[in-house]
Amino acid sequence: MADRTLAPHSPAEAHKGGKPPLLEVRNLQVEFPTRRGLLKAVRDVSFSLQEGEILGVVGESGAGKSLTGTAVIGLLEPPGRIGGGEILLNGRRIDNLPYAQMRRIRGKEIGMVFQDPLTSLNPLYTVGQQLIETIRTHTDLSEARARARALELLADVGIPAPERRIDQYPHQFSGGMRQRVVIALALCVNPKLVIADEPTTALDVSIQAQIIKVLKRLCHEHGAAVMLITHDMGVIAETADRVAVMYAGRLVEIGPVREVVKNPRHPYTRGLMGSIPVIGHDQERLNQIEGSMPRLTEIPSGCPFHPRCPEVFERCPRERPDLLPAGPSQAACWLYDPEEPRGAGHG
Amino acid sequence: MADVAPAVLGSQEEALVEVVELSKEFDVSPPLLTRLLQGQQKSFLRAVDEVSFSIPRGRTFSLVGESGCGKSTLARLVVGLYAPTRGRILIDGKELSRLRSRREQAQVRRRLQMIFQDPFASLNPRWRVRDIIAEPIRAHGLMSDRKAIDRRVGELLELVRLTAADGLKYPHEFSGGQRQRISIARALASNPEFLVCDEPTSALDVSVQAQILNLMKDLQRELGLTYLFISHDLAVVYHLSDYLGVMYLGRVVEWGAARNVFANPQHPYTRMLLDAIPDLEMSGRQRIPVRGEVPSPMDPPSGCHFNPRCPFANERCRAEIPMPIPTVHGGEVRCHAVEEGRLTEEVVRDALRRPLAEEEVP
Amino acid sequence: MSALDPLHRTKAEEPPRAPSAWARFFDSDIWYSFTRSPVTVVSALIVLIFVVGALFAPWIAPHNPFNPAELNLMDGFTPPMGEAFSGNLYLLGTDDQGRDVFSTILYGARISLFVGFCAVLFAMVLGISLGLLAGYRGGWVDSLIMRIADVQLSFPAILVALLIFGVARAMLPRSMQGEMVIWVLIIAIGLSDWVQYARTVRGTAMVEKNKEYVQAARVIGIHPLLIMLRHVLPNVLGPVLVIATIGLALAIIAEATLSFLGVGVPPTTPSLGTLIRIGNDFLFSGEWWITLFPGLALILLALSVNLLGDWLRDALNPKLR
Repeated sequence: MADRTLAPHSPAEAHKGGKPPLLEVRNLQVEFPTRRGLLKAVRDVSFSLQEGEILGVVGESGAGKSLTGTAVIGLLEPPGRIGGGEILLNGRRIDNLPYAQMRRIRGKEIGMVFQDPLTSLNPLYTVGQQLIETIRTHTDLSEARARARALELLADVGIPAPERRIDQYPHQFSGGMRQRVVIALALCVNPKLVIADEPTTALDVSIQAQIIKVLKRLCHEHGAAVMLITHDMGVIAETADRVAVMYAGRLVEIGPVREVVKNPRHPYTRGLMGSIPVIGHDQERLNQIEGSMPRLTEIPSGCPFHPRCPEVFERCPRERPDLLPAGPSQAACWLYDPEEPRGAGHG
Repeated sequence: MADVAPAVLGSQEEALVEVVELSKEFDVSPPLLTRLLQGQQKSFLRAVDEVSFSIPRGRTFSLVGESGCGKSTLARLVVGLYAPTRGRILIDGKELSRLRSRREQAQVRRRLQMIFQDPFASLNPRWRVRDIIAEPIRAHGLMSDRKAIDRRVGELLELVRLTAADGLKYPHEFSGGQRQRISIARALASNPEFLVCDEPTSALDVSVQAQILNLMKDLQRELGLTYLFISHDLAVVYHLSDYLGVMYLGRVVEWGAARNVFANPQHPYTRMLLDAIPDLEMSGRQRIPVRGEVPSPMDPPSGCHFNPRCPFANERCRAEIPMPIPTVHGGEVRCHAVEEGRLTEEVVRDALRRPLAEEEVP
Repeated sequence: MSALDPLHRTKAEEPPRAPSAWARFFDSDIWYSFTRSPVTVVSALIVLIFVVGALFAPWIAPHNPFNPAELNLMDGFTPPMGEAFSGNLYLLGTDDQGRDVFSTILYGARISLFVGFCAVLFAMVLGISLGLLAGYRGGWVDSLIMRIADVQLSFPAILVALLIFGVARAMLPRSMQGEMVIWVLIIAIGLSDWVQYARTVRGTAMVEKNKEYVQAARVIGIHPLLIMLRHVLPNVLGPVLVIATIGLALAIIAEATLSFLGVGVPPTTPSLGTLIRIGNDFLFSGEWWITLFPGLALILLALSVNLLGDWLRDALNPKLR
């Protein structure tokens, strides 16, 4: 296992002037021009990811979490486009690269795992052909060496009898096994970053637990950082080191996983955590956040959460809060403004 | 607080719904010509296999299981979308398959309704919400006066926390959660007593799910509804259920009062499912490692269907179908190991320590 | 109710008036994509001109080519813009009988469009009914209907139409043939064209019938026939509309083909196809205009209708929007 056939990618910049984060997203905007005007689906999102770190990105549908992920790998579907901000991988900007160059980065430096394994696998080729082709595109391994590496990877992701399974087609695999193959495909050239977009959502609970385990173990072994996009707080709690919570296109809270799960700071995160039923907690009613996430065309002024917020006060509809320090986390909420008298009790 | 469960299911409370040894087989044979040419036999998929349970009036019975376990088929059997191959379904003592005339059928149909999983597919996109909700009222001839129907639709919309004005809109103007409310309003339009809910919240976000679950609980209390709730999410089931059945490949492997099943799971599959849930408490407790995947329902393992994934399986489990045996908590379980008393504390603790072997399920 | 909070809504209360169908139409994505596609707008205009011209032919056309009393044989073969024997000016010239080509095109388009519309309508009704029945009912009904469709599809449509036309001719008394010929034509083209509708409707119906809103209607206890008509039918009409538009162009061409082959509309009441056939005889003797102008009209009409159909297909396809 220790004998990696491929040297991990290590750019020279990594050692210049301290260690820059592996991935840095600064003020990212994603927008869609439509007949009714420009829709801003991701607004002003900034975060960074250290090497080997697992960052969970949670939010409900329409929060912009998947778009953030697709923007990072440069796979936004037209007419969607990056409307501003920068994405830096190892200190190098990648949001403005030409298509061909980005494609090389996508295979080699960023791996991808999507919700539906069938969209990542070509049904016309065997699993082995796809793995070997990917390995050989990005390295100069011989066919035989690449095949050996593919076998090793399949065994790594927990596929039984890889010698037999390597020559089978994707449709011969079950959903859980397919997702394992996709993980092998994402990791086959030792990327530094893996973007996993709802990797377990389509799977049964018992399979989900296994996939999370494999993903977590392998990324750790390969030293790959993971951006884990999901709506499932349970998956985040099991997997992530840090969590970013998104709401209506913005980041509302970011912090260490334990803090965000056990001691959420932003009223939205608090509401979200409270609305999850937990085995062993007997409650007659679940805590519910009233209303629903605003449509992109009608984002409220000020803090976008203020119409649903139980702790709203005068300032919220007027001014929009940026991320403010809140304990070990950061929350975009005026309650955490040190100069705000209303927030004193919460700070 | 949760009620104390009766000693034996349904024995102390009046059962509104009874399902007795219900089975459903689907003909999955290739076309006749192919069969003749290739000399193949007819083949059947047994989606539901000898399932029995009863639901007391005003209570919630939940069925949980992974995909392919037959829970959705069971829901559709109960509402009459499928005809059972064997077995009986009784609503308030009336057997569904015995009802011959359309009149009699309509009488019973009015009393049971269904809420579906996909809020985007369960409403006809070309109809106004008003007409969608009024459909059961018109179909059962409950009201004929246009004004009265409009009034009733308005009431129903308000009952599910929407406004009467929403009736003029089309489904695409609503979010997923709001559509599910419309679905519920339609289901309630014929004043049913019994609602079959097929994963009503699994397509929704958690905060919206909380709204719908709260609404369902409120409605149950206000209207005295009885629920058959189908779900794969054990936490949701815990929150909602009085009784719980765990299904695996067409069979109910364990059932009983929900609190008891959660507190003292008997069947190894129930234990495994409970242990597979991501731990939001972050307690770091030890859990039985999950092994393997659900085998194809086309070709289920012999004996106990769970035996290839079960850490406690032996020869008997591979050969003999376990029969339901009563548990000490008043439920029933189908497991040889439980029957033989093999599942002692030590054995289970030993299973926790065993290293995870990701061998294949044949 | 005190324990239940009223639902907070992010949207302001809308006035309880449903927007009218027209308002909804002009606000729809379909209308928007229409106004954004110049080719489509031009096509629609051309089709509109043809329809208006055909409908109001008796008032627009300078002559009535179907009225033998108005014809002047001496005016035959007048070239376009040429001075005729009688002193009349003919914009697009005259044919061998002295009929004004421009007027005949207007009157001919009238017949072509009428036959086209009716044939498509007939094929649609037949195809939708059979397709819906096959798709919703399934089983042997489905097998029977679709095998008939398969058999018919293995012959060229025009051959089927010819066959039906021939059979009808043999069955009808000679005296009625003149007046019945248009209806026979409609039935022949319609019968040769229903398969497409049936196939599309069957496929869509099979998808729709498994959707939960149809199951919900079944749980309510709605009669299967009503479910088909009120739930499934409205939801399968989208793709049918596209086929119908393209089918209209095909029907017009089919009519022209049959008429050109001489089995269609009689030369006394010429359609576009008949005109082309008449002109074809004189094409090499220099009287090109008799064929050219009706031919151009036919191409323009069929092309415009086709382009409309193409646009409609894209506009109704959510994936391409």
